[in-house]
Amino acid sequence: MPSSFRNFFLLTHFMEDSTTLKQEKENQELVEAGQPWEEMVTASSQDPESGLSEPPEVEQGPEAGPQTRSSPPGIPQSGASTPVDDLTGPGASTPPSPPQEPSTSLSPLALARQDFMAPWQSNKTTSVISEAGTPPSDHLEQPSDKGESTSHQTCQSEGNTFQLSQQTKCHLYGPRDVSYNNSKEKELRFAISQEKDSNSNYDLDQPESGASEMAPNMLEIAIQNAKAYLLKASSKSGLNLYDHLSEMLTKVLDTRPENPVDIIENISQDVKMAHFSKKLDTLQNENEMLPTYEIAEKQKALFLQGNLEGADQELEDEITEHALPNVMESAFYFEQAGVGLGTDETYRIFLALKQLTDTHPIQKCRFWGKILGLEMNYIVAEVEFREGEDEEEVEEEDVPEERDNGDSEADEADEDELPRSFYKAPQAIPKEESRTGANKYVYFVCNEPGRPWVKLPAVTPAQIVIARKIKKFFTGRLDTPIVSYPPFPGNESNYLRAQIARISAGTHVSPLGFYHFGEEEGEEEEEIEGGRDSFEENPDFEGIQVTDLVESLSNWVHHVQHILPQGRCNWFNPIQKSEEEEEEEEEEDEEKEDEKGEEPDYAEQEVGPPLLTPISEDLVEILALMLMAAD
Amino acid sequence: MDAESLLLSLELASGSGQGLSPDRRASLLTSLTLVKRDYRFDRVLFWGRILGLVADYYIAQGLSEDQLAPRKTLYRWRRRPEEMATQTSVVKGRFMGDPSHEYEHTEVQKVNEGEKVFEEEVVVQIKEETRLVSVIDQIDKAVAIVPRGALFKTPFGSINVNRTFEGLSLSEAKKLSSYFHFKEPVELKNKTLLEKADMDPSLDFMDSLEHDIPKGSWSIQMERGNALVVLRSLLWPGLTFYHTPRTKNYGYIYVGTGEKNIDLPFML
Repeated sequence: MPSSFRNFFLLTHFMEDSTTLKQEKENQELVEAGQPWEEMVTASSQDPESGLSEPPEVEQGPEAGPQTRSSPPGIPQSGASTPVDDLTGPGASTPPSPPQEPSTSLSPLALARQDFMAPWQSNKTTSVISEAGTPPSDHLEQPSDKGESTSHQTCQSEGNTFQLSQQTKCHLYGPRDVSYNNSKEKELRFAISQEKDSNSNYDLDQPESGASEMAPNMLEIAIQNAKAYLLKASSKSGLNLYDHLSEMLTKVLDTRPENPVDIIENISQDVKMAHFSKKLDTLQNENEMLPTYEIAEKQKALFLQGNLEGADQELEDEITEHALPNVMESAFYFEQAGVGLGTDETYRIFLALKQLTDTHPIQKCRFWGKILGLEMNYIVAEVEFREGEDEEEVEEEDVPEERDNGDSEADEADEDELPRSFYKAPQAIPKEESRTGANKYVYFVCNEPGRPWVKLPAVTPAQIVIARKIKKFFTGRLDTPIVSYPPFPGNESNYLRAQIARISAGTHVSPLGFYHFGEEEGEEEEEIEGGRDSFEENPDFEGIQVTDLVESLSNWVHHVQHILPQGRCNWFNPIQKSEEEEEEEEEEDEEKEDEKGEEPDYAEQEVGPPLLTPISEDLVEILALMLMAAD
Repeated sequence: MDAESLLLSLELASGSGQGLSPDRRASLLTSLTLVKRDYRFDRVLFWGRILGLVADYYIAQGLSEDQLAPRKTLYRWRRRPEEMATQTSVVKGRFMGDPSHEYEHTEVQKVNEGEKVFEEEVVVQIKEETRLVSVIDQIDKAVAIVPRGALFKTPFGSINVNRTFEGLSLSEAKKLSSYFHFKEPVELKNKTLLEKADMDPSLDFMDSLEHDIPKGSWSIQMERGNALVVLRSLLWPGLTFYHTPRTKNYGYIYVGTGEKNIDLPFML
């Protein structure tokens, strides 16, 4: 890499002369070695003559020195001198050229910094060569110099800076080992070192100057060719290497990253990308940010609507107090347990719930939870409507049930034509009335806080039964069909509702004694016959020790009715026959039937009343299920 | 997720519902820093939390300079409710002593490959640690992901963090192909020549998520409008990867029971 880097840096001029190439490389070596150049530079600026005299020695310090001397006459010198010539105008004779170089090197350096990039093209050794070529011009007297300089000038103002920068580059390259941070200074040094280099060569090579007479012209052409090549626009992207390198180096020098050499490729890519993004900036941003803005707007509405209600706040306070629990407070407690959605989201959910209670006649509302889906998630709210404000139930679902019965009867009637089907579809079990059993609460869902709430339909026993047998992901869209076996009667909204019902029935627990049955004194352990399906808070509840709560599961009880295998909480006897009622948890007898009609709620696996049964009994149930499955 | 940005990352990944309580978070911050110092890791990642019946495991991983080199995994075991015994052991396949809890799940027998040999008759007591290690390893190999461009490969073969990584753009963030598995590539060689031509060898040296089997085992969602992209694995439920487009923030965390979702194909 050093060598290539070297060459790269020495892109000052182009030379097709291979010898000059070598020279250049050798010069580079000289350049590298020359740390004392700094002094030389400063010295040279002040006292060009003296400065000039120094470099030769310094440069010759490294072994490369002698080589350069021997190489074709002061080609580098020409490089150095040319810019000087250009700047200082023609007529600079050989002797003055060295002095001029330092001075010009200074000013060019200032320019070079800006046009630094311009000359920086990946002209490799050619630049070196060109530089090498210029010294001879000095050597060859002004005419040649002028010629060269003019040719350089034709190359353009870039050419000046080009050369200068090249010098600076060499300069940079020289102290490269030291550090990159002081590029300008280095440029200065480099330029001067180059000059000196060339000068030294020049001095030494004077005798040989004649040999390089033709070199400048060719050099000139070479430079132009190389530059033209670099400026050629790419057929694919419309960029050209010259500009690209300029920009890259500008960026590096501006940002001064650590170890730029290691990330140079990335920088190059970034520069290229920056081209494109400028053009499409506005368009792209519009498209991409639009959904963000939309949701922000919606959520802003959430925040605002709270404020709008300001006037009626006090009036509705009572109702809202009852209706909406303190979501933030619950979230705080959950967070202590390591469960939660993050404060932001919880607050938005709180606002969304508030919006829900404002728009619907709701007595009690609770944040039930969040269900993750493939494309979108569901935020679920458990709601209890006010008395009498219940949404009308759609009775259509009963119709198909009746039709099924009708069909089976029709089949039976057609004795003549078709073989009689003995199959009678089991009567579909009617779903529970609202406010009872599995449909005790109504559930609303939304995909994201701010989106409108959608009410989920009531759940039917058949749906629960099938939901127990299938396992599917939610997609996030309520109307997605559920393709499964056994076939699920309904779409995603029904499946969601069924799962919610199952989760509620299985996992909603409370501390023993917190709720109690209405009529009786709240004595928790009592197993009350006849089961209840309603409970209320126990005003005498005093709390249980945390240690007790944690160590024994029997201190927690279900407060949601267990769902029978039938799919309902309250037994519905389709056969209209009464059978033995069994209250114990006979795991095998999951199909036992209770008294018809009466206080149903006998859950198979739970001891005693299904409601307010300790969850320690669940383990028994689970084990029983497992045993059954194993059989 | 990186230990340095733990708090922010936890907030971003909280959409899945499982997080950490404030006291855990605080203690994690300090302990991760200590781990980094003691083991001289280059980076320490908080890998996640595996929920158990009685206790949870908090897992941290330490990375050395080379990002794909084998990582050291440390676990911290906290028993509920009160016992605060914390043990940290370096896991590289070997273990030192462990309270052998065994989960009730029947998977226990199938997890370790060594197990399969014995499955016939002998019921081998598998230490929980062993199972833990293998589960973490499986999860890492299967679903640990990084965005494209966050790591790059040098010509010498070592893999480093890309300091100029500025995040995926929004359009890229929604595509599965912009995310790579954080492990040695397996399928790279199977790509067609056309695909290989488009790949950048310094960036595309890992398998992308596109060809994961089964298809659809990743769920990509944009949260907070388009300000956050969250990928959740359906194969290992509980693995959440988050990334804020156009920024350097990204990370993944696993909070779950440590069970593979074998029913995945049926659930899709």
